[in-house]
Parts: sequence; structure tokens; C-alpha cells
Amino acid sequence: MNLPVLKAADFASDQDVRWCPGCGDYSILAQMKKVLPELGVPREKIVFISGIGCSSRFPYYMNTYGMHSIHGRAPTFATGLKSTRPDLMVWVITGDGDALSIGGNHFIHALRRNLDVNIILFNNRIYGLTKGQYSPTSSEGQVTKSTPMGSIDHPLNPLSVALAAEATFVARSMDANVKHLGAMLKRASEHKGTSLVEVYQNCNVFNDGAMAYAQERKQRPNNTVELEHGKPLIFGENKDKAVRLVGNHLEVVNTADVPADDLLIHDEKDMNPAIQMMMARMRYPEMPEPMGVLRAVEGVATYDDQINDQVTEAKEKKGPGDLQKLISAGDTWDVA
Amino acid sequence: MTATPKTSKDVQSVTGITVRLAGDSGDGMQLLGTQLTNTSALAGNDVATFPDFPAEIRAPRGTRAGVSGFQVQFASEEIFTPGDQLDALVVMNPAAMVTNLSDLRKGGILIANEDGFIEKEFKLAKVEANPLDASVIEETYRVFKVPMTELTRLAVAEHGLSQKIADRCKNFFAMGLVYWLFGRSLDPTLRFIENKFGGKPDVASANEAALRAGWAYGETTEAFGESYQVEAAELSKGTYRNIMGNQALAWGLIAAAELSDKDLFYGTYPITPASDILHELTKYKNFGVRTFQAEDEIAAVCSTIGAAFGGTMAVTASSGPGIALKGEAMGLGMILELPMIVINVQRGGPSTGLPTKTEQSDLLQSMFGRNGESPLPIVAPRSPGDCFAAAIDAWRIATECMVPVILLSDGYIANGSEPWKIPDVSQIEKITITHPEGADGDEPFMPYARDEKLARPWAIPGTEGLMHRVGGLEKEDGTGNVSYDPANHQLMTDRRAEKVAMIAERIPDQEVFGETSGDTLVVSWGGTYGSCHTAVAQCQAEGMRISHAHIRYLNPLPKNIGDLLRSFKTVIVPELNMGQLRLLLRAEYLVDCIGVNKVQGKPFAVTELVAAIKEHSVPQTKSKAG
Ligand code: SF4
Repeated sequence: MNLPVLKAADFASDQDVRWCPGCGDYSILAQMKKVLPELGVPREKIVFISGIGCSSRFPYYMNTYGMHSIHGRAPTFATGLKSTRPDLMVWVITGDGDALSIGGNHFIHALRRNLDVNIILFNNRIYGLTKGQYSPTSSEGQVTKSTPMGSIDHPLNPLSVALAAEATFVARSMDANVKHLGAMLKRASEHKGTSLVEVYQNCNVFNDGAMAYAQERKQRPNNTVELEHGKPLIFGENKDKAVRLVGNHLEVVNTADVPADDLLIHDEKDMNPAIQMMMARMRYPEMPEPMGVLRAVEGVATYDDQINDQVTEAKEKKGPGDLQKLISAGDTWDVA
Repeated sequence: MTATPKTSKDVQSVTGITVRLAGDSGDGMQLLGTQLTNTSALAGNDVATFPDFPAEIRAPRGTRAGVSGFQVQFASEEIFTPGDQLDALVVMNPAAMVTNLSDLRKGGILIANEDGFIEKEFKLAKVEANPLDASVIEETYRVFKVPMTELTRLAVAEHGLSQKIADRCKNFFAMGLVYWLFGRSLDPTLRFIENKFGGKPDVASANEAALRAGWAYGETTEAFGESYQVEAAELSKGTYRNIMGNQALAWGLIAAAELSDKDLFYGTYPITPASDILHELTKYKNFGVRTFQAEDEIAAVCSTIGAAFGGTMAVTASSGPGIALKGEAMGLGMILELPMIVINVQRGGPSTGLPTKTEQSDLLQSMFGRNGESPLPIVAPRSPGDCFAAAIDAWRIATECMVPVILLSDGYIANGSEPWKIPDVSQIEKITITHPEGADGDEPFMPYARDEKLARPWAIPGTEGLMHRVGGLEKEDGTGNVSYDPANHQLMTDRRAEKVAMIAERIPDQEVFGETSGDTLVVSWGGTYGSCHTAVAQCQAEGMRISHAHIRYLNPLPKNIGDLLRSFKTVIVPELNMGQLRLLLRAEYLVDCIGVNKVQGKPFAVTELVAAIKEHSVPQTKSKAG
């Protein structure tokens, strides 16, 4: 069958986009519209489900099926939909407050079930829509509207949470690096199972520059490292730094000082998440923060496949259900 | 097979018997009760049951808190309740005796497992001395002290089985004795033993030995002079089975799916007393049933909405506390205008309340338990068997109106059982659902356009040209786009309410048992049907001008309810809550209603309703008397 060739514009709905000018969300929306035509999935087979928050307005702007649901609950709607309609491609759009605070429970359960959906977590480390309270990813000591003396919460790291929840695909990207972001969205869509992409997203109104160390072109090379499967973690503006595993921790080394064999080689396919977890925990300023695919393991059964396989299997074993037989089975008696 | 021997003693024929079997949670009373119920149903009796058990899985043994009971009435005439006063009470230990004795009628039969009445058990039951020894007991009741443990051990010993196995069989001994006393056949239970324990031949034969020994004990012991016989009831023609409420509900959902040519998705989180619906449904994957045990109540209802969006028949269920958690999502389902069923198997509240006890206190939660203006249709089954039809009703309304429908069951209906006439499924009206086809014209798709029932189209993902976005923000009429326009919000609020109100045009008028006008009208809903009906019938027989209206459709109420209420001098509303339907009726119709209310975790006794009715009814004009 020849699918009509779609362009990014075909995925734009007729609704005006209402994020603040300069918001990082625009870039993510643009990349999504750019990537979707490359996937060859017809628009009507795609569903975007979001929770509540600035990022969660996303589905309204896509000319696909969509649902703007309840704060934190997007993965659960996706679970019901994907379990009953495995033919659909389902994207979950969420934010740091949505996925990790009010929706923390659903987030981990979607990941452990390995439902074949793609979760894009816009992390701006702040509550935007409610105007500037700290979020579960805000830094310790951060002064916000609700933390005038500084936040006393220890922040969560979405990648660590995902790994701990047995996620099969974990990646990170950022709004400012559009090429990388597009590539990550594509990788996520190709993975069978739950894909999580954390996207560093600048909220220029309430938390401007919170991740500038990673987003700004000049600072990025020194403070982030782009992961490549089977390659060492080389970074730095002169590509002269790398990461090495010493005992049970990671450290930064100068490539000139250590033999290449000593460098940590990234293995996104490693079923054992131990080293991936160490990498997830690399935080600025001590370490470069990992960008790219941290974990992508294949062969783990998906929830949607299994729930439907059980139905198929039951039909094969017992034959299709016969309602009259069901209600008439067992002990009965006749009244004449 | 010649499994059941015939008694050679006298047999007395009676129209009905109410028995309660009470023992420790570990004594197998629920099993005994279920077996007696099935056996009686198979004998053609009408039956009604009331299982009553503690919330703790292993409540401290021998204590009053650990007492588990099962009451069953079987009769040769149509009955609607498990009976008020007991004709016979079987108790396995002192705790069971002291907590249940007050319900045994004077002259009633008390059968006690004598071996359970020992010093250690008195302490656990917090009684000073052996309650069986009180002289008043022998004077008031017909007491049979039976050393069941001992006799069971003897019976089982012949099969060379250990004492440990033997001691687990004493409920089967009690069962055998009860079967003898009420002329029940052993066959159904023997079949049950074979099915259940066939894989463990020693356990099976021990149970059978105990059952037969119990029967033989009744037959041979001089103390038991006669047994009782209850003839078959005259039920309407058809094939019957015994059915429990949650089972009927599960089957009704499967039927509704089949009638509408849909697969069933059931998203839920375990909670008493709704979990058995999940256990039942998950057996029927070959019917296309997908069950999802979610991580919490919210995930359960939201997954249901997700499935509904995809075009599946979607159902979630819980009990009051879980429904409280689902409130926000139910509001979303309402504003998304997607069809689904939300089942609430009510239990005692508030908060965790009384998980295993029945109550009807979530009616107002169903009506108003969501933020904003969010009316939802409510359907309430009246008995275990009625859950089947109620599920189909609920789905029919949901799909006709594109709205979540609340199905309000309760613990009493859910765990109770009754004979159920097996319907011919081919005779049940189909539920027609149409999903709009893809549009390729230039006309933009209007996801919130409405039909004559004010329902919007159920356009499902995968359909070309109908891509649209739904959400919890207020939508513009027609397009469904986000809209903060004041007039539009008013319009959409009105439309959603009107849509639900219009259901009243299509549901049947309220039926009345008795005259449509008179002195007193008893209005009830849900699981109290049986006791209210029986009480009203009794008052009618005594010459009172009294009628009964049992409401199935609680929102919207049937069109004729207002006129009906105004046609009686007194309206009495008995409820197992503190007056929730009464509040609604008064508010809606400005008619005064008298409440008869209790929240004691138990259904109404017919006697207490009759007394309340008489107390509140307008005094009869003494036309005949001087
Ligand atoms: S508040 Fe922040 S996150 Fe929200 S739209 Fe504005 S810039 Fe973007």
C-alpha cells in the first residue's frame, strides 16, 4: 500500500499554540511533527495522551487523536487504550510534576509493565502552569514561590527512577539540541516496550536557565556527554575527557592520561542496569550529564502483547465464548 | 447413585425454614452455607442468603470478632429475604453461640458442637461459664449438644486418616446433620466434594465420611425425633440456577459486551466486596474479556476511560472508598462524554468503614461525589439475580447517551444468592452501537455534535479523517475545541445535564406493588427490595392501604415518581443509610418523606420494617369498628 507522503505541517492541528514565547516546548513540538512523517504511521493511528501542566497541552496541537487527561494519570489512560487497541501508536506527554510527583505511581507501573508506548517527559524542574512552585526535580536550596528559604526536598532523577522501575528504554535529550532530540524521539518510537525520553526543557518564565549548563551551546560539551552504544563516553570541547569505572564508581579522566582500554564503554543493551544506573546518576557539576540512549533492551514481553495473547490463547484452548452455555452450566433445575 | 438414604423417622412438612450456621472463621461455615443453599435450590425451594463474615482474614480464633455466619432461608413459597428470626441455629463454639443466639426464635432448634464448648473457648469468647449450661437455654430452645469433633474423628478414623484431616471435616459432619434435619439430598454436596477434592482422595473420602456420619447421627440418635420437609416452591416456568450477585454482575457485563458486539475491558483494583467480579471475569478471556488489575483505584478508572476512547466496552468497579478516589476521573469521563460503567459495590462507610458489611450510604456520593456540575445516570439492582439485567441496562444507557453510568450494588446483593431463571440470551434486545465512518470530505469533523438523545458521536482512533482531541478542559459546542467562553460553558453544562435528564423519557415508568394511591407508600432502592416487599405484602395482608415502589433508576428518576409520591398520605423511605434517597425525593418533589434508617451492617428485618411502617402510617380510619 502506498501511504500518502505526509509533511510536518500535516501533523499540526488548527489550534493556536499557547505556550509562552521562548518556551522550550515549541522545539519539542516541532521535532515531533518532523519525526512523525518519517515513521510511516498514518495520523489516525497515532494517539497523544497527556496529563496536566504546560507540556500536557501538547495533544491539542497535533492533528492526530489525542486526550488531555488528568494530572499525573496519562500512563493509565494509555494502558487502557493500548491494551485494547494494540494497533495504535500511543505517545504519553508529561512533565516533571505530572510524571514524578502526582503521577509517580503510574509512571513506575507503566514502565515495569513495559507497555508499548512512548513517554516523553518534559523536565523543566519547576511547576509552570501553576506559576512557579518547586517540582520534584528542582534543585536542593532552590528558591521558588513555594520555597522562599530554599527547597529542602532532595530531587528525583527521572532516569534513575525509570531504571529502578525496570524500564526497557531510557533516554535523555534536550529542547536546545533539535537534531539529537529528533533522533531520540525516533529511537523511542522504534523501541518495542515502554520508552522513556526525558527532555531538558527550559521554562523561560519561571526557571530560566536552570539547565543552561547543559543547554547552552558553549557549556554543553563540558557538562554533558553524548552516549553512543559500544563507544567510550568521550566529552569536553576538545573531546579530551572520558569516564572510567573505578571500583563501584565512575570518574572523569583525561583521555591522554589513561589507555583507551580503561575507558568505560557504553552498553545500552546490557540487561544488568547497574552501570547504566551509575551513568544515570552522573550529575553536573561533578560529572557530565548523559545525553542519548542509556538503556535499550529488547526481548522483554510487552503488557499489551501479553494481555492480548492470553485472550487468543484462551480462545484457542476453550473455543470462543458461548454465553448461553456459560450461564446454563453447572447445577440447574427445571420448573415446569 | 443412591447416595442419600431415606429417613425412617417422622417427617413434618413446613413452608419455610430459616437457618443460620455460625462458627469460627476457620470452621468452614461459608462453605456449609453455600452447599445448603445450592442443595435447597436444586430441591426446587426458593432461597435467599445472607453470608456475614469478619473483615479480618484470620481473625483471632475462638473470639467473638472471629465469628463467621451464613444465614439461609429456603421455602416452598416465593421469598425475598433470608428471613428475620431463626428456626434453627448451628453453633460450633461459644463465641458463635453468644453472638447469634438472640436471633433464634423461642422454641427454635439450637445445635451446638459440644466439643467446642470447653474452658479454653469460654475464655476466648469472654464468657464466664459454659453458656449451654444455663437453664434458661434448655427452657427456651430445643437444644441438641452434639460432640461433632469426636464423632467426626471416629467416622474419619475408619478411613485411616490423621486426626488433623479429621478436624478439618467437622463442618461436613454438621452439614450432614443439617441435611438430615431438613430432608436435604446429599448428592449435590457429594458431587461438590468429588469435584473439589477429587485430586486428594484422602481428603475427599474424609469429607464424605463426615457428611454421612452427620446424616446417620440424626437418623439414629434418639434425641432427634423428627425431621422437616420443605416442598418445592412454585416459581415461574423455566430453568433455574442458584446465582450470587457479583457472579450475576460479571455475567451481565459479558452479556452486555456480546449484545453490543464489543470486547470487554475491566480495569479495577482489589477491594472488598467488589473483587469477586474481577475473579469471575478473568476466567472468561475466551469471551474477549481483558482484565487489568491496576496499581490503584485511579489507574483503574483512568485505564477504563482510555479503553472507552479506543472503542471498547469499558468497565471499572470498586466500593465506596475506591469510588471516592475515582471521582475526578468519573468527572473526566462525564465531560469527555464517553460510555463506560462504574460499579460501586457498597459497604459500610465512611472511610474504610465496615468492609464486609452492607450499607447503602453511597447514593449521594454517586449523585454528587464529583467536582462541578456532573450528573451521571445511576442504576441499582435489587437482588443478586437482578445484577445480570442491571449490567445490560447500564451499558445500554451508557452507549445511547455517551456517558459513564454508575451501577450501585451492595455487599448484601454481591455476596447473597437466590434462584435465578436462566434467560434465553437470544431473546434479549441487542445494543446497537455505531461508530462514525471516516470522512474524506472537506467538512471538518464535529466530535461534539449531538444526536436527538444529545449524545455525541463515538469516533474512535484508527478512523481516517476523524482525528480529534478530547480533554478535561471545557469544550466548545460542536468542535470540542478548548473554550473558556462563558456562554459556551453554560450551554455545555446545560446540554450534559439535559442529556442525562432525558433518559427519563426512555426508562419505564415506576412500577408499584399495590394500588397507585392510598394511605402509605414505601419507597426503597437497591438491596433492601426483599425486606421492603415482604413487609409491605404483610401489611397489605393485614388490610392496610399500602403500596411499594422500588426504584431501579435513581438518576434520572422515572417521570411518574412525583405524582406517585403525591398520591399517598404518607411516604416512608427505608434505607440502610441515614436518609439519602429521602433527601433527594424531598428536594426534587417537595414531598415530605419519613425515613426508616439504620447502619448496623445488616439488612432490614421484615419485622422491624413492619413495626416502623405501622408506627408512621396515618392511623386507619376506623370505619368498621364502633
Ligand atoms: S510557564 Fe514555562 S513551561 Fe509553561 S509555557 Fe511558559 S515557559 Fe513554557
